[in-house]
Amino acid sequence: MDLSANESKTLIDVKDISFSYGPIKVLQDVTFPIQRGDFLAIIGPNGSGKTTLIKIILGLLKPSKGKVWILGKPAEEFDDWRKIGYVPQKATHIDPFFPASAREVVAMEFLARNKFPRLTKREEDLCIEKALKQVGMEHFKNWRIGGLSGGQQQRVFIARAIVNEPHILFLDEPTTGVDSETQEHFYDMLDTLNKKEGITIVLITHDTGIVNKHVTQVACLNQRLVYHGTHAEFCRAGAFKDMLAGHHLISHRH
Amino acid sequence: MEAFLTYGFLQRALLAGIFVAMACALLGVFLILRRDAMIGHGLAHVTFAGVALGLFLKIIPLSMALVIAVLAALGIMKLKEKAGIYGDTAIAIFSSVGLALGILLATLAHSFNVDLFSYLFGDILAIEASEVWLSIGLAVIVVFIVILNYHKFMYMTFDQEAAKASGIKVGRLDILLTILTAVTIVLGMKVVGILLVSALVVIPAAAGLQLASNFKQAIILSSIIAFVSVLLGLILAFYLDFPASGTIVILSFLLFGLFFIFKRR
Ligand SMILES: Nc1ncnc2c1ncn2[C@@H]1O[C@H](COP(=O)(O)OP(=O)(O)OP(=O)(O)O)[C@@H](O)[C@H]1O
Ligand SMILES: [Mg+2]
Repeated sequence: MDLSANESKTLIDVKDISFSYGPIKVLQDVTFPIQRGDFLAIIGPNGSGKTTLIKIILGLLKPSKGKVWILGKPAEEFDDWRKIGYVPQKATHIDPFFPASAREVVAMEFLARNKFPRLTKREEDLCIEKALKQVGMEHFKNWRIGGLSGGQQQRVFIARAIVNEPHILFLDEPTTGVDSETQEHFYDMLDTLNKKEGITIVLITHDTGIVNKHVTQVACLNQRLVYHGTHAEFCRAGAFKDMLAGHHLISHRH
Repeated sequence: MEAFLTYGFLQRALLAGIFVAMACALLGVFLILRRDAMIGHGLAHVTFAGVALGLFLKIIPLSMALVIAVLAALGIMKLKEKAGIYGDTAIAIFSSVGLALGILLATLAHSFNVDLFSYLFGDILAIEASEVWLSIGLAVIVVFIVILNYHKFMYMTFDQEAAKASGIKVGRLDILLTILTAVTIVLGMKVVGILLVSALVVIPAAAGLQLASNFKQAIILSSIIAFVSVLLGLILAFYLDFPASGTIVILSFLLFGLFFIFKRR
């Protein structure tokens, strides 16, 4: 493990990233750091490239220009992906008839890669149960994933994302289709992960109410990075209004 | 029952049949969930070309079939990826071309005879000792590799993108699964024949999936159904003088039906 990188404050460095799907430009010259302990919200209208940006950071897409550094390593050399948890955008691609229990969904992530030192079956179970407990789903562990409600499924996916005790957690619109009371609990839970467990959180959201309540940093994306900074400055700068203006622009383009 | 203890050919058929059918069922669960159930059917037809080539070149048909099936399986995969062709289209192309080549080669080799027919309809009771050990050996290796990669295969079947994001080498494992499938299809061909091997892959797994509430159950139930089908199928075939392949497949279908009804209640 690279100690110097581990101690430095910057976990992820996004440097001058551009990306296009064929002729369609999706991201242009995006640069920003993610610091240890941040609770960063990425906001921006539909189609502004938020999901694309996260996929590039996670190595799922290759940028046409620029580079991502993860824990001091270029993304293409980085291989310790357990340090990074990911909850994809609304798991609509999930087969509702897939025969996996909530427990198995978490186990996939936990057991897919070998552990050193090896854990006993019992230790494995404890880790998986702990993750389910953190999202309040321990009583549903034997339920088939497709038999759970959308919000419950989402919680299981969060359990899956945190089971390896990642340093940083990416969530792509995790609360779509989740009722407002559960949302409250959910964001309290993220707060706890952020403040107590010290997990850095990167959250894509359209819910600006949440942004005001919990986050420390805001990145506002609209193909380009319109704003990046602390939440307090964000409110002062009125960047929010600009973003809303951008929203109209981009939705007419479609 | 004592026939099973005294006749070597029955023991061999039973042993090879059970191992191969369980490997088929195990892979079948993954293939069905990957929406790739027809790959077995397609590869089996390509295997026909391999067998005919083997007979033509006077090389052991089974080994030739293995090579051709693996190549075809990788070809189907590449065609899907690179040419952006739908999976079922790629399978249709490969299976028909494979069959066409098989017909040409078989005619050239003047081997449209009992030999080829045993490959088409299966002749497990005529399986030779060397083929038994090859089949069992390969089936055990297939099962072993799947169990070793169990969580990875399950993860990438369930949620490919998240699996990738957690650092699983999905591309490589896809190739591995494809090769395992090809090998298993060829083994299954020995048991029930080219025309029925798809049943061995799909029916027990589909039956297991009817009742399973988790993945482990799906795997275990499917394997049990495969086991029971071959065991009972061979016993029935022997005593009633039925063709073994047809009996095994019909039995697994009856079990599927039973599970289906049981689930509805
Ligand atoms: N697979 C794809 N092929 C082609 N274009 C794509 C693909 N995925 C996304 N795009 C395009 O890239 C642009 C950005 O998409 P992206 O999913 O990153 O937006 P987003 O900010 O996450 O939007 P949302 O708020 O709706 O989730 C969109 O305009 C979309 O048309
Ligand atoms: Mg998105």
